[in-house]
Amino acid sequence: MGETRKVALTVNGKPYKAEAEVRLTLADFLRHTLGLTGTHLGCEHGVCGACTILFDGFSARSCLMLAVQADGHEIATVEGLATSPDKLNPLQEAFRDNHGLQCGFCTPGMLMTLTEFLRDNPNPTEQEVRIAISGNLCRCTGYQGIVAAALDAAKRLQGAAAAPAS
Amino acid sequence: MKPPPFSYHDPRSINDVVNLLGRLDNARLLAGGQSLMPMLNMRFVQPDHVVDLNRVEGLSYIRGTGAILEIGAMTRQRDLEFSNVVRRRCPLMYDAIRHVGHRQTRNRGTLGGSLCHLDPSAELVSVAAAMDAIVTVTGPTGNREIKFSSFPVSYMTASIEPTEVVTGIRLPLWPERHGHAFMEFSRRHGDFAIVSAAVLLADDGAGRITRASVTLGGMGAAPVRVKEIEQALIGHVADDKALRELSETCRKFDAMDDVHGSADYRRQLATVLTRRALEQARGRIPPRTVSGKSN
Repeated sequence: MGETRKVALTVNGKPYKAEAEVRLTLADFLRHTLGLTGTHLGCEHGVCGACTILFDGFSARSCLMLAVQADGHEIATVEGLATSPDKLNPLQEAFRDNHGLQCGFCTPGMLMTLTEFLRDNPNPTEQEVRIAISGNLCRCTGYQGIVAAALDAAKRLQGAAAAPAS
Repeated sequence: MKPPPFSYHDPRSINDVVNLLGRLDNARLLAGGQSLMPMLNMRFVQPDHVVDLNRVEGLSYIRGTGAILEIGAMTRQRDLEFSNVVRRRCPLMYDAIRHVGHRQTRNRGTLGGSLCHLDPSAELVSVAAAMDAIVTVTGPTGNREIKFSSFPVSYMTASIEPTEVVTGIRLPLWPERHGHAFMEFSRRHGDFAIVSAAVLLADDGAGRITRASVTLGGMGAAPVRVKEIEQALIGHVADDKALRELSETCRKFDAMDDVHGSADYRRQLATVLTRRALEQARGRIPPRTVSGKSN
């Protein structure tokens, strides 16, 4: 093993501390060191978007970051989306209901990209959704179901925001 | 697809960066990582040392002071995209930035990183060329400034020494009354452009062009200013016929020939994009108001 460093970071609100080789990508650190295999790796050179995570709230490709760069930062991954093991969040539900996935390989990246996008743009047009996911490759769906899911999720999230607190 | 072994350094100040560059051999600077990280993963580069700029203080800023826009080298492309100052004072950059990669890459990618990586069709490189940017570089003997016209020395190679680091750029702003256009053709949204055209135009209020900047990206080793068209525009009324004829000069330019497009195809794109960008920029010059006050 080459040069290593201690990395302390928060993933989905939970603090982690681990030793990482300095050349280790954040994606491999999440998957292999922390065992959070929800983040997928497709191309490992920043093209496919499957490894998209949120870094301090902003989407980023975790294959294009080093684990040591995440020291002291907050990461959000697909594992943190569902509120409980048996309850999907509205975006995930919209994906299930609109055939937003088939094999599911691109889905973690799609979900994290859209989590940020719908936060910044809660009422997007179809064209805006297509541009938002242009950095995420899907080889199954032809994107139609994903675009429909994103638009449906926007409606659900707005409905949830508009509903009176019970 | 894993980076080769290297030593990692994360200095906190420019001084520390310069000191490290002065004593380390075969070091690479890591800015946003959207180009260097793929090159590491694919082992196109095998540095002994990676010097990470992400924890260096004071390299991320956008300041619109008077007629100059100052931007720190580590300013994220996202910050340019959402900056009101950029949108208002440098609309060419605002138009160009939305063609740069994707949201996930703009969140990390930096202005300084784009300029130093110097991809032949990188949008921000074209903007820097179009705006006559001045690059500030810090090295062992202090700061020096490089005019952007002499910043690229060859394919993906900038005129900076291994001991130097780009710390910021200054863009001399055009008067508020000008027209701009950025156009590119790529196979998919967010891909590198095959060819791009950036145009800035100002007139005398009666349609006669007083100042012109025309830049083509993706044609050669680095974006080029098309002086021939710029000079031909000055003092003339930019009517449709004139713009069409001037754009045709792109057909005789040298162009790259690669897997993305033949040289002939690039010349065709350059001709069409230049005409469209000239037309759009002309149409965007605000009319001169009676009071002489620009919007």
